[in-house]
Parts: sequence; structure tokens; C-alpha cells
Amino acid sequence: MNAIDPRPAKRAGSIDMAHGGGGRAMADLIRDVFQSHLANPILDQGNDAALFDVPAGRLVMSTDGHVISPLFFPGGDIGSLSVHGTLNDVAMAGARPLYLTASFILEEGFPLADLERIVVSMALAARQAGVPIVTGDTKVVEKGKGDGVFITTTGLGVVPEGVHVSAERARPGQKILLSGSIGDHGVAILSKRENLEFETEIRSDSAALHTLVAEMVSAVPGIAVLRDPTRGGLAATLNEIAQAAGVGVLLDEAAIPVKPDVAAACELLGLDPLYVANEGKLVCLCEPDDADRLLHVMTAHPNGADASIIGTVIEDDIGLVQMQTGFGGMRVVDWLSGEQLPRIC
Amino acid sequence: MKYVDEYRDRTLARTVAAAIRREARPDRTYHIMEFCGGHTHAIFRYGVKDLMPDNVRFVHGPGCPVCVLPVRRLDDAVEIAERHNVILCTYGDMMRVPGTKQRSLIRAKADGADIKMVYSTLDALKIARDNPDREVVFFAIGFETTTPPTAAAIKQAEREGLSNFSVFCNHVLTPSAIGHILESPEVRDLGTVKIDGFLGPSHVSSVIGSEPYEFFAEEFGKPVVIAGFEPLDVMQSTLMLIRQINEGRHEVENEYTRVVTREGNLKAQNLVSDVFELRQNFEWRGLGTVPYSALKIRDAFADFDAEKRFDISPKNSREVKSCECPAILRGVKKPTDCKLFGTVCTPDTPRGSCMVSSEGACAAYWTYGRYREAGSRVPREAAE
Amino acid sequence: MCLAIPARVTQLDDGDMAVVALEGVKKRISIALIEDVEVGDYVLVHVGYALHKVSPEEAGRTLAMMAEAGVLAEELEEIAGGAL
Repeated sequence: MNAIDPRPAKRAGSIDMAHGGGGRAMADLIRDVFQSHLANPILDQGNDAALFDVPAGRLVMSTDGHVISPLFFPGGDIGSLSVHGTLNDVAMAGARPLYLTASFILEEGFPLADLERIVVSMALAARQAGVPIVTGDTKVVEKGKGDGVFITTTGLGVVPEGVHVSAERARPGQKILLSGSIGDHGVAILSKRENLEFETEIRSDSAALHTLVAEMVSAVPGIAVLRDPTRGGLAATLNEIAQAAGVGVLLDEAAIPVKPDVAAACELLGLDPLYVANEGKLVCLCEPDDADRLLHVMTAHPNGADASIIGTVIEDDIGLVQMQTGFGGMRVVDWLSGEQLPRIC
Repeated sequence: MKYVDEYRDRTLARTVAAAIRREARPDRTYHIMEFCGGHTHAIFRYGVKDLMPDNVRFVHGPGCPVCVLPVRRLDDAVEIAERHNVILCTYGDMMRVPGTKQRSLIRAKADGADIKMVYSTLDALKIARDNPDREVVFFAIGFETTTPPTAAAIKQAEREGLSNFSVFCNHVLTPSAIGHILESPEVRDLGTVKIDGFLGPSHVSSVIGSEPYEFFAEEFGKPVVIAGFEPLDVMQSTLMLIRQINEGRHEVENEYTRVVTREGNLKAQNLVSDVFELRQNFEWRGLGTVPYSALKIRDAFADFDAEKRFDISPKNSREVKSCECPAILRGVKKPTDCKLFGTVCTPDTPRGSCMVSSEGACAAYWTYGRYREAGSRVPREAAE
Repeated sequence: MCLAIPARVTQLDDGDMAVVALEGVKKRISIALIEDVEVGDYVLVHVGYALHKVSPEEAGRTLAMMAEAGVLAEELEEIAGGAL
């Protein structure tokens, strides 16, 4: 494979309706912006559908629509995010991702230079992950009917034999592991949002987690649950698991890593890091005897260096997530209601 | 975080908790009203209750600006946004509060109204500067803490000649509300609400000082301790209240001396009185009409008064029937006494304001308090 | 009720503005509501405005008072035979 130049020649002009019209302009866009950067043998077949062999085993498939404002943020952009997000959804089934697809909805007037920057970022993310984008689609909507660009990616993966990862497998007694600090992505996004701007070194944690997952399931094939705590944060993920399995969760606040800047930004805006989004973290439930071995594997991997055991699954038929606070009391960690909005009181 | 982390220290919490357990007399109950939602939030967020003996009870007060705003004023804000085609700037707190027929700002926004969430009045001014062809209205809510920033913004708009900026003023006053509660029949005559002492406002007091509370301590014979919003502040202040109650004293004491003085922030007070004057009457959700309990913009700044600038129609605003927010705000009922609590009214589908604001009593009960009702679900050793 | 947080002033700007830091997070705020601010001071920040300076002496005194409450309790405990 050729190396990708992360700094493409700045392309002039912007998206117009012709780019979605099926004519020469569309063909040029696909060739110059998409195919040139995303090139791989399957995509290069140039058909409407990608044709490939699949390995034996159970396949998993996941799809994810990506809308984000701002499109470019510290630590990533909508392009890298759309690759990492779907790779992680596939990986959270314990699977090894094989292929990705990408579908773009572009708004009339969107700068071509920005589009190319996004596509290059996707290409880099896909190449680093070793998972090709094998087919795609582009549509253009009129100005005012989109937010620059929306990207939907779909991923296909294969689950190793003997691995059965599912939220329903949560059982009392299991340990809960978290791969690193929470809230980085959400705070990085907020820091660039209009009317909120603040300066911080915090970058989005957007990352592909499938190599970490591969090492984890290889060390402990009996992992019960894997989830990436994206929207709604760690709180939403744990509530989903508790609900699915009819169990309770008991967390130890002191064991949950939060970077000082993330904590500070949350204090400033009145947010709770437990509810702030992550894009490169995972939560794992395993039998207590496996916890230390798993933690060792996780901390040895770059995406899990700050991993820790944050709590235990307990019996509770109403499925509450509770937390022993760092202060010494107990609280309930509920679902997030609506969007978490910065508040003054 | 300096001046934050020290006041969340677990070891010191145990120390103060031990002192409280020792000094709280077992033969009596201590009913302590935390006026502010900030204290309610700290009590639930950090699990302060778990560190308190059972006979120290917290009674939630009405000190949540989102909760006490009557539906009518919210409906007016929605009308200003929808009918007058303005850019309505609001703090995030107000977005989800249901108005009449469950209509909230977030619903109005979904239906096309131009509503922008801001963090500061500085942002609202910027929006006015960036949109000279549009009317920009700032939906001002809050107690004495939040009023000076609104006053500063009006002054700034005047200096800059920002003629497209105005304020829909809903600022309210803490001492009037405390006085109103103390004079209510439930406290004075019926004894249905027992209050032995007050945790006094923290950040409100950084502006108005501790002096305004002296009247209450004297007139009503209730001790007041100005308490910071960190959990250790709440505990230390509770200890100070217990000591006053035990000794039969009713003074204003100040635990939050690191930012509260007796006279408060005079510069901010002067700015507020330059721009605002007392309203004769203002309706509070829960408390009804309270005389001299709110501020309006002075005539000298009438150009910046959205109530003068825009025609606001009379309307039959009403809250959801059987919503107990009013009684809960007065401390007469607990959230769990409300038929709607946890059934049709949850943080996802709030029917009353107390379920929306994260410091509303209902939301706090729902979010942090449910495990208590669920019984001792946590194995004892796990909670140790 | 009113969310406010102590932050350190790192820079004073024209027009009653300043930059404050909370850990590594920096935010531009207004200091129009307070007087005599200097770089290095801690101020209580609410909705983008400094409301009051934080007094380091008083902050220390409050912490000492908390610790003292415990010392007394521990002494009493010893007298009472450590029963809790």
C-alpha cells in the first residue's frame, strides 16, 4: 500500500448539487476525493457492491451514523470518528473487524478542501486499524438541509470461536473493568463549541479498540460483557448492562480515572464526567478470578494503559447502578435524562 | 482543584461525621432546612446523608431558581421566542422545564424558534453583536448570585449602544423567600414543617453578605449558618447548627468565610441597584405571590427591558394537575408523597420543575435517593 | 443553587476581562463585579463572571476548624473508652 499524505493539496471549491447528480462531476468527486485516498483492492473493483470472501465463524455487523459539531476537534474529526466508532461497535461483540463501508451525505456549499481532509483522516484511521473501507455512497442535499457532512459507516467482523460477549451475561459477583479515563471526548468537543469556548490540552480519546479487544479475548475468552461508553457516558453504559441482565452495579468512585482537566471543565460547566461521552474507552465484565489477568493485559496495551477495576456486579432486580462516593457516602448513578446541558445551578 | 478538593476530603469527612454523631443528642431530632438547591445537590451527590445520624434530617427548601419560576413566566419566554421572532438566549437549566401543556424551550426550538443556550451573559452580548439585524433577548433567571452578571451585561449593552439586546428579567430575592417560608402557617402555626435551623445560601451570600439573615435569626429565633456548597462545608455547617440548637442560640454564623463577608460584594450590589428596582409583587412557584421578592429593570434602562419592548399576551398558564411541586418547594411534602413521582413524572418526562433541575428535590430524590427506598440492597461490607 | 467554582487569575486584560485557570482549563471571564484583582488571586467564578475573591487565610481557617472538630471528638472518645 502507498503511504497516505496527510496533507493533501488544498482543493478549491465546494460541493454543489451536481456532485450528487450522477454525472461527470460526481464521478470526478468519487475518483479524486474518495477512491484516491481510500484505495484498496476491493474498493478498486469499482462495482456498486463489494465482493469478498469471508472466514468461517459467526459474523457480526454494526452500523453507526455520525453527526458532530464541530466537524474538526482536538484529537480527531468526523472522519476518524466514523471509522473508530464502527470498529469499536464490532469489537464490542468480541469480534475481529474485517471490512467497513461508508456513506456520505454532503450539504451543498460544503468546502471540498474540508471534505478531502475528512476523507484522508478516514483513510488513515482505516489503514492504521488494518480494516479497509470496501464500498461507499455519496448523496448531496440542498443548503440548509444538512450540517456540512454526515457519515454513516457499517462494519463487518468475525467472532473467534468460544467467545460469547453479551450484556445479558452480566452476573452478580463479576468484576467491572474500565480501560482508561472518562470524559475526554465530550470535554474536547465542548471546548470548541460556540458560546462555551475554553482552552484545554484535553483531546478526544477517539481510537480503535479492536486490537485491545483481541488481546483481551485471547487472554480471557470467557469475558461476559464488552461495551464502549459513548453517548451518555459510563453511566448510560452501566445502566444498559444492569437493565439487560437484571442485575445491580456497585461502583467505587475513587477507582474511576478522570483527568484533572476533564474534572475541572466539568466543574466549570456543571457537568458530571460519568455522563460525558467517550470514543476510545471500553467497559468489560468478567469473572472475579479473571479480573487481575485481564487488567494486566489491558494495562500492557496502549489503549488500556490507565485501566482499572471500577466495581462489581451485585444482585438487584430493579437494576440500580450505585456508587460509593470518594467522599464516603453512596449515590445512585441514573440514566442521563435528555442531553447533558451545561448549567448554572 | 485548589479550594475544592480539600473540602471533599474523605478523612476529614469522617472526622466531622464523628463530631456530629457525638454532639447530636439522641433524644431529639434536628430538622435542618437547606435553602439552596446547591446544598441539596451536594447532600445527594456525595452521599452526605450516609455520614449523618438518623436524627439529623434535611428539609429541602425552595432555593432553586429553575424550580420557583412560575409557568406563566416560562410561557412568556416561549411566546417572546416564537411570536416575536427573536434570538432567545437562555442558560441550559431552563431548556427542558415544561410550561403549560408540557411546552418547553427545547420543544419550541424543535418547532423552529431560534433559542440559543449560553453559558454567560457575555455570550448573549456577543450574539447580539454578531446579529445586528436580529432582536436578541436574554432570558434572565436566578437569585442574587446570577443578578449582577445580568446587570453588568445591561450596562455593557448601554455603553456599546447594542440596541438589539434586551433582557426578560426574572431575578428573585432570597431573603424574601426565607421570610415567606418562616411566616407560612405550616411553619408558624400548624407545625407541619419543622425547621430548627437553616443552612444559609453560599454563593448568594458572597454577593449580599451574611447581614440580611440577622433579621430572621432574631425575629424567628432560628439559627442560620452560611454554608459552602462542598460536602464538607455542608457537614461542618450542620455541626455548627447542632451546637447552636443544643445551646439554645439563634445566631447567624458563617462557615463559608473564604468568600462570604458580613457586608458582601458592595460593587456588585451597587451595580444591581443601578440597573434594577424591586417589583411590588412576584409570583413564585410553590410560594404564590410574594411581595417585594423580585427585581425589575429600572426605567432608565427601559430600552433593554424585553417586557417593555415586546407585547406579551395574557395567558391562562397552568401547571399539571396533581403535581406537588408547590408543596414540595415549601417543604410541606416530600417528592415521594406525590402521585406523579416516578410514575408519569420522571427526569425523562418531567411534569414539574422540581424534576427537571438537577438540584430540584424530585430529580435529586429520583437520581440519588432511590436506593434508600429500595431498602438495603448494598451488602454491608461493600458499602464500608 | 448557584454553581460557582474557585479559579486562579492568570492574566488581566482590558475591558475588565481576565483569564482564569482551573487545573489546565483556561477560560476568559469578566472581572467587572470585583475590585483589586491581581494575577495569582483565586476568584469565585459564576456564569463567566468573578463574584468574589477567595480568602486563602479564611480557607485555611475553615479547614483547621473541621480538623479541630474531630480532634475534640477523638479526645472525648478516648475519655468515653472509644465507644462510637
